[in-house]
Amino acid sequence: MPLIWAALAVAIGVPIALAAASEQLAWRGPVYILAGFAGIVALGLVLVQPLLIGGVLPGLSAYRARRAHHWIGDALALAVVIHVAGLWFTSPPDMIDALTFSSPTPFSPFGVVAMWAIFAVAVLAALRRRLGLRLRTWRFVHIPLALVIVACSVVHCLLIEGTMESISKAVLCAAVLAATVKVMADLWRKRMVRSETVARQ
Amino acid sequence: MTIVVLSRRSLLAAGGSVLATGVLAAGASGLLLPASADGLAPTETMTGGANNYRKGAPVVDRIGKGGFWMSGTVRRAGDGAPLAGQRIQIWAHTVEGQEHEPQSHGATLTGKDGAFRLEMPQIIPIFGQPHGHLAYDSGEFKTVFLRPIMRSAKDTSLEAHFVLQPA
Repeated sequence: MPLIWAALAVAIGVPIALAAASEQLAWRGPVYILAGFAGIVALGLVLVQPLLIGGVLPGLSAYRARRAHHWIGDALALAVVIHVAGLWFTSPPDMIDALTFSSPTPFSPFGVVAMWAIFAVAVLAALRRRLGLRLRTWRFVHIPLALVIVACSVVHCLLIEGTMESISKAVLCAAVLAATVKVMADLWRKRMVRSETVARQ
Repeated sequence: MTIVVLSRRSLLAAGGSVLATGVLAAGASGLLLPASADGLAPTETMTGGANNYRKGAPVVDRIGKGGFWMSGTVRRAGDGAPLAGQRIQIWAHTVEGQEHEPQSHGATLTGKDGAFRLEMPQIIPIFGQPHGHLAYDSGEFKTVFLRPIMRSAKDTSLEAHFVLQPA
């Protein structure tokens, strides 16, 4: 059972380690390096999120997994802020192009859409109690945004030519997609079972 | 006397044939070029082409220690005539500096054939794509900024071509 923890550590740790060994780092300033790694870490956190909330990770109670999901959601938003701020500092015109959807790089709009979706979820999660959102309403909002975050993050990352080694990057992206599909499928199945039970009563 | 007449005739014939081939060549190349009805279309500025531009980089023999070649041509819109003596500014994120840093910028002039070629340090991927920046900004023609992308980050040369229209 700790196999899944080991696999998770490898899926996130190996791409970070290989990026840390990239020769590209020699030509980059510290802020640009930090911004790049914040992006890689953010993608790793996107992998952790569905695993936590889907109850896939052994040894964590549902309560603790949900708490961790909230904390990691905040960490993800923070990582994205560091990523964007660091890139802005490195080359303001390129970052402004990206944020205004007028960048020549095809991966930029995907990153920006994922960023806004992450911020939207973070803000809504913080206000959920105050807004009195019930679980059904919350899921109705959060699930589509989560799918946008996952899909856009993966496309954004795959199209970038940077410090990440391509195979470990592809494996991490595949893991993010697989984890999301599994958790969404589980959720769907539970809903089907519940509605059948309700129908029978 | 006859010799003179003959040479004059041969001269005329030679001149005529040169003229004919010249016209034919121009016609043929005109047919091969796109948008031949309006002549050669001017190059549009590329998105993000002007990013990290610094005005007035000096004309240099080489940017930094070199090792990478940026080359291209400058032609006039319409007839496609090569434009000599045009200043082209070049900059990129290289192994010797970031895009915005002064040492990453330099300029060169086109030769009689409208071609330019400047040695610069190896370009490396920045903001997710290995790319260079070029500018024509001397005022006689409309300013154009280009941002060509390298097929591979391992390439050691890159080309960009300008077709300029009067300002």
